[in-house]
Amino acid sequence: MAGSTIAASDRVAALPRAVEARRPRPFPWETVVVHVLLLACVAVIAFPLYYALIISTQTVQEVVARPPILTPSGHALENYGQAWTRAHMGRLLWNSAVVAVVSAVGKIVISMLSAFAVVYFNFRGRQVAFWMIFVTLMLPVEVRIMSTYEVIGNLGWLNTYAGLTVPLMASATATFLFRQFYLTVPNELCEAAQLDGVGPLRFLVSFLLPLSWANIAALFVVLFTFGWNQYLWPLMITNTEAMRVVVIGLQDLIPRTGTHVPEWNVMMAAAMMALLPPVAVILAMQRWFVKGLIETEK
Amino acid sequence: MRRAVFKHRGLPYLLVLPQIVVTLVFFFWPAFESLRLSFFRTSPFGDRTFFVGLENFQRLLTDPEYYRSVVNSFVFALGVTALGVGAGLFVAALATQKIRGLAAYRTAVLWPYGIAPPVAGIIFLFMFHPSYGVLPYWLSFLIDYEFNWLLKGWVAMALVILTTAWTHVGYNIAFFLAGLLAIPQSVLEAASVDGAGAVRRFWAIVFPLLSPVTFYLVVVNLIFSFFGSFGVIHAVTQGGPGGATDIMVFKVYKDGFIGLNLGSSAAQSVILMVVVIALTALQFRFVEKRVTY
Repeated sequence: MAGSTIAASDRVAALPRAVEARRPRPFPWETVVVHVLLLACVAVIAFPLYYALIISTQTVQEVVARPPILTPSGHALENYGQAWTRAHMGRLLWNSAVVAVVSAVGKIVISMLSAFAVVYFNFRGRQVAFWMIFVTLMLPVEVRIMSTYEVIGNLGWLNTYAGLTVPLMASATATFLFRQFYLTVPNELCEAAQLDGVGPLRFLVSFLLPLSWANIAALFVVLFTFGWNQYLWPLMITNTEAMRVVVIGLQDLIPRTGTHVPEWNVMMAAAMMALLPPVAVILAMQRWFVKGLIETEK
Repeated sequence: MRRAVFKHRGLPYLLVLPQIVVTLVFFFWPAFESLRLSFFRTSPFGDRTFFVGLENFQRLLTDPEYYRSVVNSFVFALGVTALGVGAGLFVAALATQKIRGLAAYRTAVLWPYGIAPPVAGIIFLFMFHPSYGVLPYWLSFLIDYEFNWLLKGWVAMALVILTTAWTHVGYNIAFFLAGLLAIPQSVLEAASVDGAGAVRRFWAIVFPLLSPVTFYLVVVNLIFSFFGSFGVIHAVTQGGPGGATDIMVFKVYKDGFIGLNLGSSAAQSVILMVVVIALTALQFRFVEKRVTY
């Protein structure tokens, strides 16, 4: 009896607390403000692309209208068709794709091999090789413009895919990434493989390669983007229409003030086609892209 | 350091060979040539070169046009870095509390990194177009000033800075967000319980803990805007108007490739090499452990 009284009074005492707990939490102003600000950032960052996209669907009259029209129109097909034929888009995109894919794959293969040598072998000159690769970080194309051009000229590689891709294939960052990764592979794996009589090359292909796919994917996205967006290099060593890459070929369509009809709609259509492949690759392989960025550049 | 495990005499050399060949032929040899050429002058007909010692450097250092390109490069690099890293930090500050959909926000800001700066430049060129662009139109309601990058040097500079920062902001944000993930949520919650507001939490906890990332990003952004900026200048302003956006990498190209002044161009390359070596050294001081071997 007494017990139940106490329990009842307890319950009564607990009542206000329970009510308090059930009271709705204060409105999360902070969270709302943060979301609004983040959305504003996204809007600001996305605006240029949105603007380019809608311009690429308008007629010239709509493009030059004041006030500017910020909604899409229905002329996308003709603009994209115009851009395609006038800039020889097919050829440009193909060249860019070749440069991006070949230089990315080449870099990955070359870096994998040299990182493997540096980590799994003890050879004379290992330090030297490692530092030579490291120093390439300090020699971007921009600081050796004229003389690299000369080298390519002497090799007869001007206006060739070899000239566009091979010189891009040395990559210190990719080599570091693979080296870093190999160092995390337990030594026991290698020892076990050796006990089974596995040679170095088979170890690389059958053991390390399958473990490296995530790294390779990450590197590929970063390097593909890098290759696609090369500018100074292709500008220097190609001067024929047939060998141009899209980032450069695009320039022909810019309506310079005064003399041209302001066909910015065609220009924007071409720009959309030039930027779509790398952006699509980044979005499709986003997870690897972030991994690649964070790990290669450190 | 790993115990080397495979024994083979020739194989390791074969494995590093491709990389070393590419490095030697396309990096070391040209860099050495630039260094050598910087002490020479080519005759007007290009048939003879003669040794001139440090004259190319002397000329550069007394050339007001070169000074202008140096100043422009610094304005450009500092502008891009301040804007890009600042914007990245701002987003990082917003993301300090647990918010839903952070990954979606990251995706939404990351993709401009895939756009080549020259292509981004064309889009911005039109957005800022004095007669057709949307931004001058909007600005005309706010201030009575003609934002014409064709005529006004600082507007052209602002345009290329903005373009470059835009392509890079997602990169900075990705790094800041990765840095944020490394900060234990419990520390932030503890501060929150102690009554620290969002602003206080950011400056007292998040910002100091993010300072290595910030430092790294500042250096990387400087390197990028010093050396990766050729395309946007070439595509958008061609160094103009009146040399207002003539930056060092553009001038190397212009003097060497267009002007065929090889000695001067080589000397400029050498100066740039010193800059990039200094910046890279700075970058790797921060991640020293990863390269000592």
